[in-house]
Amino acid sequence: MTDITAFWTAIYIAMLAAFTGYVVITRVPAILHTPLMSGSNFIHGIVLVGAMVALGLATTPTEQAIGFIAVVLGAANVTGGYIVTERILQMFDRSGKKPGKGT
Amino acid sequence: MADLSFVIEPVYIVTIFFFIVGLQRMSHPLTARSGIVWAGAAMLIATLVTFFTPNLTNIALIAIAIVIGGGFGYIAAKRVAMTNMPQMVAFYNGMGGGAAAGISAVVLLGPTTATTGSLAVVGGLIGAVSFSGSLIAFLKLQGWMLSRPVTFPGQQIVNMAVLILAIVSGVLVILQPSWMPLSVSMYLPLFFILALGFGLLMTLPIGGADMPVVISMFNAFTGLAVALDGFSFATPNYAMIIAGVIVGAAGSLLTLQMAKAMNRSLTNVFFGAFGATEEQKVQVSGSMKAIEADDVVVMLAYVDRVIIVPGYGMAVAQAQQKVKELTDLLESRGVQVKFAIHPVAGRMPGHMNVLLAEAGVAYEYLFDRDEVNPEFPSTDLVLVIGANDVVNPAAHRQGSPLFGMPILEVEQAKNVIVLKRGQGKGFAGIENDLFYRENTRMLYGDAQETVGKLVQALKKL
Repeated sequence: MTDITAFWTAIYIAMLAAFTGYVVITRVPAILHTPLMSGSNFIHGIVLVGAMVALGLATTPTEQAIGFIAVVLGAANVTGGYIVTERILQMFDRSGKKPGKGT
Repeated sequence: MADLSFVIEPVYIVTIFFFIVGLQRMSHPLTARSGIVWAGAAMLIATLVTFFTPNLTNIALIAIAIVIGGGFGYIAAKRVAMTNMPQMVAFYNGMGGGAAAGISAVVLLGPTTATTGSLAVVGGLIGAVSFSGSLIAFLKLQGWMLSRPVTFPGQQIVNMAVLILAIVSGVLVILQPSWMPLSVSMYLPLFFILALGFGLLMTLPIGGADMPVVISMFNAFTGLAVALDGFSFATPNYAMIIAGVIVGAAGSLLTLQMAKAMNRSLTNVFFGAFGATEEQKVQVSGSMKAIEADDVVVMLAYVDRVIIVPGYGMAVAQAQQKVKELTDLLESRGVQVKFAIHPVAGRMPGHMNVLLAEAGVAYEYLFDRDEVNPEFPSTDLVLVIGANDVVNPAAHRQGSPLFGMPILEVEQAKNVIVLKRGQGKGFAGIENDLFYRENTRMLYGDAQETVGKLVQALKKL
């Protein structure tokens, strides 16, 4: 990022995002800690789009190699994170008809 | 291809909105399951529109890399057993951290300004630490590596030194001064090697019992690294910034909540080398008294109130179905059954809830530590199924590594039956004097088999 306005805009956005993350998680029952950790693990899989851009703008073979690895890792984060979260949450579903304690 | 780059930003905005809704839904038990679907849909569209990025080259390479990484992630996550889920979270978190470090490397290899360079260096440092740290956590939980803390004299000084050297080489990467002995191209690999080394070193001394907290922290780290990388592009990637910061903030809070549930401060987790500073052998009086399944059945047949305390042993033996059968049988005989769930029973918070839910045990039967502790004195029989550290009265003894951790006070019940594979210690590696108490009997064997025997015998009564 080059110009100073964009920099400060990004800082404002980051601050609001931090607050959002904080609010979304407060007062979560302990039983949801694991699925939530797994879910947020999936969400930072957005790193994939960054890796795609990095590889897409790479010019030298070194950059391409590193970018390629980054995309592989990012994609694994996305699919693996999704499936793991889904499998963990699946287990809540069967008894989901009955409201949980501490909700 | 027609220039479709104008769709990128609007789609990213929708992506972020879906991510937030997804997380929001995931934080309530009833809507949790739909939450991941929201987030998943968002990720899919974000990935697709990223192909429209202006001047994007290497498109074939990108597609191949996505197929390889995505395919691997998908298959590995599908195949792994449910008991291994905690380490899979660590594993995929490490992948994300590695990707973030890779992005930083590519950014730093290209033209940078002081601002973007610094952001990429900090993002790279955090991402690399998260990568190697998460992988160590994965190896420890998977049992491919000794899970006990690895310590050596002067460890914290060494760790600090490695971190400082990493930061120094990071600064050199940005400044690229002409007076350094090494050639400029050496700083970058050196920086990443040191960062990876620090992640490894800081995770080694942490014992298995603290791993959930550590994984959660690395999760927050990866989020932060992703956000910093988003900042470091010539055109800031707001999707990465916002999603990364949200995960960073949520992950940090989650880490603190988990540490609180275990009554461990973060300093303790990272510098305490849990379990390594084993107290001198405390003299445990008495001996472990074994009991046979048939005798347990006789006891079960004549009690009114039973509390079941499940632990990691139940998960390993896949005994939850049998436990559910046993519960139903006891209930049909008019016995009141409750489950006492310690917040950190198993390998992650909620691990037991998940397994019991899988077996069809309703939420109403599950009670958390503070709810159930007052009930133990009036309980006839407690069945401890593969739990150890969370019922260890050593937590009350000053000087014990477990000291201060709130436990399930099962020793106050009239009778305690401990189902256990053998005579080994718990994950924390500490002797459990509960097993030596006068009112405790040990029922050895695989939990699934043993509970199965109890069910069979109870049916015949």
